Amino acid sequence: MSPILNTLNGPQTLGNGRFFWTGFVLVMMLALGYPALSDPYDVGNIAYLLLSTLTALGLSLMWGYAGMFSFGQTAFFGVAGYTYGVISINLGASGGLTFLCLLGGVAVAALFAALLGYFLIYGRVSGVFFGIVTFATTLALAAFFGQTAGPEWAIGKARFNGFNGMIGMPALELPWFDDNVMLEGVALYYFVLALLLVIYLGLRVLVNSRFGNVLVAIREDPLRTELLGYDVRKYQLITFVIGSSLAGLSGGLYTAWGQFIPPASMGLPAAAMPIIWVAFSGRQDLTATLVGTFLLLLMFQTITVYSQQYALILMGFLLLITVMLVPSGFVIGIGRLLGRLGRGGATS
Amino acid sequence: MFAEIFSIAFQFADVFAFLILAAAGLAIIFGMMGIINMAHGEFITCGIYVTVICVQNGVPLPLAQLIGALSAGLVGIVLERTIIRHLYHRPLDSILATWGISLMVTQGMLIVLGSSWQGIGTPLGSFAVGGYTFSTYRLVLFGAAVGVLVGLYLIYMRTNYGVMARATMQNAEMARALGVRTQRMYAISFGLGAALAGLCGALYAPTMTLIPTMGITFIIESFVTVVVGGANVLMGTAPAGILLGVVRTILNAWYGQIAGQIGLLITVILVIRMLPEGVSGWLSRRSG
Repeated sequence: MSPILNTLNGPQTLGNGRFFWTGFVLVMMLALGYPALSDPYDVGNIAYLLLSTLTALGLSLMWGYAGMFSFGQTAFFGVAGYTYGVISINLGASGGLTFLCLLGGVAVAALFAALLGYFLIYGRVSGVFFGIVTFATTLALAAFFGQTAGPEWAIGKARFNGFNGMIGMPALELPWFDDNVMLEGVALYYFVLALLLVIYLGLRVLVNSRFGNVLVAIREDPLRTELLGYDVRKYQLITFVIGSSLAGLSGGLYTAWGQFIPPASMGLPAAAMPIIWVAFSGRQDLTATLVGTFLLLLMFQTITVYSQQYALILMGFLLLITVMLVPSGFVIGIGRLLGRLGRGGATS
Repeated sequence: MFAEIFSIAFQFADVFAFLILAAAGLAIIFGMMGIINMAHGEFITCGIYVTVICVQNGVPLPLAQLIGALSAGLVGIVLERTIIRHLYHRPLDSILATWGISLMVTQGMLIVLGSSWQGIGTPLGSFAVGGYTFSTYRLVLFGAAVGVLVGLYLIYMRTNYGVMARATMQNAEMARALGVRTQRMYAISFGLGAALAGLCGALYAPTMTLIPTMGITFIIESFVTVVVGGANVLMGTAPAGILLGVVRTILNAWYGQIAGQIGLLITVILVIRMLPEGVSGWLSRRSG
């Protein structure tokens, strides 16, 4: 057990002790048991919240660990979503083929990230400008998909439908012996939960590896890292592609979940959401990002039922007070406090 | 033949004016303080709504536009005094804070103002060259854009404020040692930037349908122009406006608006690959 734990734990993540992992197992057990205690509609909804946290984890990796300020998460989310729609509608996909379509969506998003990232990172664009260019790209893509209303905007059988968004793609279907299990409600929940678990643990291994240490070094001082012999741009590009692909995975899953992808999922105010989740939670830690994002999404959704505008105002306000009062993030602050208490408990 | 050439020149002037007016306020604030103001679109919206409200209450359009610009400037100064001044050493955080403000203001306006408003018509009618008719007001907009560039040049090169502001921009510590009140310089510059954004909104108010989220119409163009122009407003914004204006006019004419917008973006990504500090950074390195 301990060699596995050693790759999961390290200086780049909070929560490395027995205290944390006990809590982790408890939360997992709760998550596994949750569908038994709730109705399928709510379970499907929680699946949506969980798949959204993938976008946040990707941003935490890029921004929190590598210091790359990407405002483009929703662009990759949308690109993967539309790609999933185009491929699956044209193939009339069902069964295991839907997973290949999802993979295709993520691959196109990754390719797009590699292309954009190459020009920005190898052009040595950094800091504020990196944010602005990714932001402008996102808005332009949203505007582009928004004007694809006419019948001439279609790839094969897949109509883009402009502002209303693309519809009619199949849900994910998992081949199960001789049958296909459609991933909806409870089945989708378990699938997303398992995926999230794998990705969360995988990212923990990544950031605590040699690669992760280099990323943090780049965040702290790119020039010094370069002088130590690392090709900073290569590390940044790889990180940008990984982080953006996670947003793509999120978008592909979202599209399969709702069988719908609109341009509004890319443009404003949607583009601000991943930034708010991650900034509020604490970008420099994966666990804080995961927990904080989930709680924010839950709260946002609860308020949206009454008024979307008020929910968005609250999100804006949270971003503002985070920056003014706790620039490193709220949840990470609580996490560090708990860590100190946990250690205090262990020594006494 | 003359009519065709005039038509192309007119379209270029229109695009150029839009780029310069949309970007000037953002460029001033970025150039002076290194802050990217994500609430730029909301200052523009402020200019638009104040202008329209004034006109609907019987104020003549030019005066209403002046009031629109000044009120955006005033809001800018208040914002600088309360929030922005805490963030000068944290440029990334200033983006986040202004983005939070932007989100709150846009959604707040949706609640208060409702989704759409009666606009005011475009004034001044039109004129004809050859077989084509052109809106006279578009020429006024081009004149205003050139006026803003000349005005900024005069303010920064010929006035006391300009000298002190440039000193603050280059070395705030040293400027303070020489008796410049840098805090005040920042407040005025932020106010000036906000007022220019308000002016942009005020000038375009008669040409657009009013919705509270309309600030976003200007955002891509303004950001793109500032990125291409670089940190120096005087040397960067005008050349960036010309370069992007040419690209956009050609693409608009051949492939339509959306191709123009995406073309702008591709140009920016190419320019930034070759000139990471923008046009002004490249120019100053050549001359220095």
